[in-house]
Order: sequence, then C-alpha cells, then structure tokens
Amino acid sequence: MKISQLIILLFLLVILSIFVGVSDISLLNFLKWDEQQRLVMVISRIPRTAALILAGVGMSVCGLIMQQMTQNRFVSPTTAGSLDAAKMGILASLIFIPQAGLWFKSLFAFGFTFLASIIFLKIADRIRYRNVIFIPIVGLMFGGILNSITTFFAYKNDIVQNVNAWMMGDFSGVLQGQYELIYFSVPAVVITYLYANKFTLVGMGEDFSKNLGLNYRAVMNIGLFCVSLTVSVVVLTIGTIPFLGLVVPNIVSVLFGDNLKNTLPITAIFGAIFLLICDILGRLIIFPFEIPIGMTVGLIGGVIFLILLIRQRS
Amino acid sequence: MSTTTKILILVFLTLSLSGLFLFYNLPNSWEYALERRGFKVASMIVVGCCIAYSSVVFQTLTNNKILTPSIMGFEAVYMLFQTLIVFIYGDQTFQVIKNSGNFFISVGLMMVFALLLFVLIFKKGKSNMYFLLLIGLVLGTIFTTMSSFLQLVIDPNEFLIVEQKMFASFNRMNIDIFWYALGFMILCFIIGFRKLRHLDLISLGRENAINLGLDYNKSIKFYLFIIAVLVAVSTALVGPLTFLGILVTNLTYELFKTYKHIILIPCCCLVSAVAILGGQFLVEQVFNFNTTISIIINFIGGLYFMFLLLKVRKV
Repeated sequence: MKISQLIILLFLLVILSIFVGVSDISLLNFLKWDEQQRLVMVISRIPRTAALILAGVGMSVCGLIMQQMTQNRFVSPTTAGSLDAAKMGILASLIFIPQAGLWFKSLFAFGFTFLASIIFLKIADRIRYRNVIFIPIVGLMFGGILNSITTFFAYKNDIVQNVNAWMMGDFSGVLQGQYELIYFSVPAVVITYLYANKFTLVGMGEDFSKNLGLNYRAVMNIGLFCVSLTVSVVVLTIGTIPFLGLVVPNIVSVLFGDNLKNTLPITAIFGAIFLLICDILGRLIIFPFEIPIGMTVGLIGGVIFLILLIRQRS
Repeated sequence: MSTTTKILILVFLTLSLSGLFLFYNLPNSWEYALERRGFKVASMIVVGCCIAYSSVVFQTLTNNKILTPSIMGFEAVYMLFQTLIVFIYGDQTFQVIKNSGNFFISVGLMMVFALLLFVLIFKKGKSNMYFLLLIGLVLGTIFTTMSSFLQLVIDPNEFLIVEQKMFASFNRMNIDIFWYALGFMILCFIIGFRKLRHLDLISLGRENAINLGLDYNKSIKFYLFIIAVLVAVSTALVGPLTFLGILVTNLTYELFKTYKHIILIPCCCLVSAVAILGGQFLVEQVFNFNTTISIIINFIGGLYFMFLLLKVRKV
C-alpha cells in the first residue's frame, strides 16, 4: 500500500463520514439543499469529521512518540496512565473550580497529564532493561491507581456515573462552537514532525543522546509537552479513546517498517482512517442510534492489540 | 526480635482487634449485634487470608514484589457481570438472581476467564508470566470499556446497585455465601499445603528450580489455578480490593526476612487480617461510614505502590 492510496482512502472516508447520519442529506443534489440541511452540515457533520481526523492523527502520533521515547512498542497514552491523568485533571477542575471555563479545565487536564507522563517516564527509565512487557504492565497499574483516586472523589461527590459518561469517548456531542479546542493538537503534531528523529535519539538513553550533541532534557520536555497537550485536548473534547495510540503505530510498523521519517505521516493518516472507520461503524450498527467511539475503538483496538501481542511472541 | 515473637505479636494484634471489633460500643440488643459482627470479623479474616495467600504465591511465581493477581482482569470480569445483570434486569436484579446465585456465577465466570487465559498462554509451551499478565490486563481494559458503556445506558437509580458493587464492603455480608467462601478457601489451603515447599524452589528462578528436579510448568499451572480460585472467591464475596495484596505482602517481607513460604504465607495472612480489621474499624468508628474500606486501601496501597516503584531500584 502506498501513501497515495491511503490518502485516497482517507478522502473517501471523509466524504462517507460527512454524509452518514440521521438527517438525510445527499451529496448528489448538492445544489438543492435547503437551509436546514446546510445548517446540519455546518454545525454538526463537518465539525464532527474534522474532530475525527484531528483526534485520530493526534492520538496515533502521540502513541508513536511515546513509543520512540521509551523504545518500547507497547507504550501509549492508554498504557502509560496519560488518559487516566487527563480524566483526573478534568475532575479536579470540576470539583475545585466548578465555575471556571473551558480554558481552566484544559489547563488542569494538561498539567495532570504532563506530571503523570514525567512520573511514568521516570519509572520506565528504571526498568527499561529488564523486560519489554513489564513497562506497559506498570503503566496500566499506574493508570489504575490514578483512576481509583478519581473514582474516590467522584464517589464523594456522588457523580460516578456522570464522570463515566463524560469520559467515554463520543463524537456525537461535537458541534460547532464546542469542539474547537481540539485544534490545539495541530501545532503539537507539527512540532512532533519536526523533532521526530530527535525523539528516537532521546529514546536511546541520556548518555547516548548527549554524546550525539543533543539537549536531552529539552527534547524530552518538548516530547512530553506535545503528548500532554494532544491527550488533554482530545480527552476534554471527545473523551477517552482507549488503545488508539497503541494499535495504530503498531499496525503501521508491521505494514511499513520502522523508519520514522517515512512512517510518521503514514501513522497520522492511518490513525485518521482507523478512527473514521470505527466511528462510521458505530453510527451504522444500531442506526439511528450511536455506539460511542470509546466502545468501538476499545473493542476493535483491544482485540487487534491482543492479536499483535500473540503474533509478536510466536 | 525473633520470628516467634513477631508471630505472637501479630496473633495478639489480630485477636485484640477482633475483640475490639466485636465488643466495642455494643448496643442493648447485643445478641443480634454480636452475631452480625461475628460474621463480619470472620469474613474479613477469610478475605484477608485469600488475598494474602494468593498475592504471596503470585509474587513468587512472577518473581516480582510489586504485582498482585487481581490486576490480571478478574475484577473487570466481576464488574462486567454485575453491570450486565443490572443492565438486563434493572431493579428486578435482586429478585431474579439471589445472592448465592450471584456468588456462584461470579466465581464461575472468573474461573472460566482464568482458564481461558491459561490455555491461551500455555498452549505454546513456554510459559511467560509477564505475557500472561499483559494479556489479562488488556482483556481487563476491554471489559472495563464494555462495563462503562453499559453503565452509561443504565438508569441512574439502578446504577446505584452497580455502584455498590464497585467498592468492596463488608457491610452487605451474606451468611450463606460466607460458608461457601470459607469452604473454597479451606479446600485451596489444604490442596496447596502439600506442595508449599515447591514455592521455595520456584523463588530461586526457573532454571534453578528445574535443575533441582521440579516440574516447573506443572507447578506454575497448579498454583495459578489455586490463585484464580482464591481471587475469584474473595472478589465475589466482598468486591474488588485491588491494592491490598501489594501492601500486605511487602509489609510481610519487611517484617520477616525469610524465603520460606511455610512462614511467609501464614504471617502474611495475619498481617492482612490486621490491616483489614484495623481499616474497617477506622471506617466504622472513626470515619462513621463516611468512606468505604476499599477506597482507603486503594489509596494507601496505591501510594505505597508508587513509592515502591520510585524508591526501589530493583523492580
């Protein structure tokens, strides 16, 4: 598969995504749309598709950088506690400063994610040479702890069910005027592209990268900054989408190899394609209702990850 | 302090905490209260022993002191089942499925899950414990996602039934279930006791254990099965207590610097009983039921886990 084919596929899926939905809008009589149909397009369909592409690109690129920085294929926002940290940050902002706007919420989510990523990298740094599989285990347990703290505060405030509902990744709430925060992931992805090779070097270890004349701390922090920014805006606008950042880079690496300069754009496009397919499926299975994306990706992604794991071993 | 003194102190602590729990602030109609409290104390000790035994053995099998068997996905299976029955039956749940039925189905499902996991891993011959764990964790994450989706759809009033199950509690103890759980536990302890020395060999590592004539894979499978039963029983009895295992085992290792499981396991059971009894006493008398014990344990255990990860260099 060439990158041009992927782009064509992405284009087709975008068209499909825009025209799948409850309100019947056809591409063919484009000129005969009435006012209402035009509004549905502008307020709901186009923002939704844009958010899908951005989230898909952002989360899979995040997964790829995290894997490069830890030199471990099984690390991703799901298996490093980042999603749980963002969730915790949002809940904290809701409890401590309930009247604050979206900006404060995102700042909180960003801060918590950044902190959790630093802690996770510290842990991963210590156990790197022991076992590849052990790092994601620790990361998942780390996420479990953060989650239990979140649940504790949610329980105290009697909002366990609400928190679960908000955090379930779901694109049906994406409307014009409510999702624009997700555009903050664009600069993060651009920076990632510029620094891609440096992240790989950083992953080789502190001494090694310093020998090559790299400012280890600075590059590490830039990486963490990009990851935390993307994860927190996606969790805030969409919710948690488990396994996305884990599965996409792994599939790409199976299909296209490991040269980061080539695979980074492919990973980005593939992430968007994967998310679009999952979302369209979720919209069609129980039409006219929807299955939230967190559920479809969690299920499909989880199964793919299991297959990759078992395959890798044999 | 010699080992015997330490054990005696632990026994004394367990007994005095049980006594405190039974007789503290006894109301006028003391017969009823005493009976209820008696079962509560007994169930706390049973759960403590189940968790202690399974955690020590699990950590020996994995050769790692920061893991606990409940993260393998058992609790996710349990929660998915509890969510599913409430999703299907709503507020009729209690009429359709009796407590003992719920207990047996939960244990059964967790056992099926464990067996599937083991078959999947051991089919390919060489056993890798970390691999087993990761597969279990990933399956657990998938199940949790499914539970969250169902919880999203459930009526908020009915969700309260699910919420109760999310946090371990000794207050909704059911006496019939207690006897079943006790039976399971004693059975496991008796079967496991005969091969307790094998664990000392396993703790030397795979190669050494095989060199010393141990059928390594067979022993691992045998003990994994026992662990699965114990974790399933304790989870179905009171609910998930994820991080208790890490806490009590490491305390035990600190107190008793020995490799002998014949000492480690009973001592860990005592430590764990003391922890649960003390924790529950705090919850009831100091916090006035303002919080649940599983939250306290997850908090302390989770923090301790982080401490272990960041402090100890050799994890």
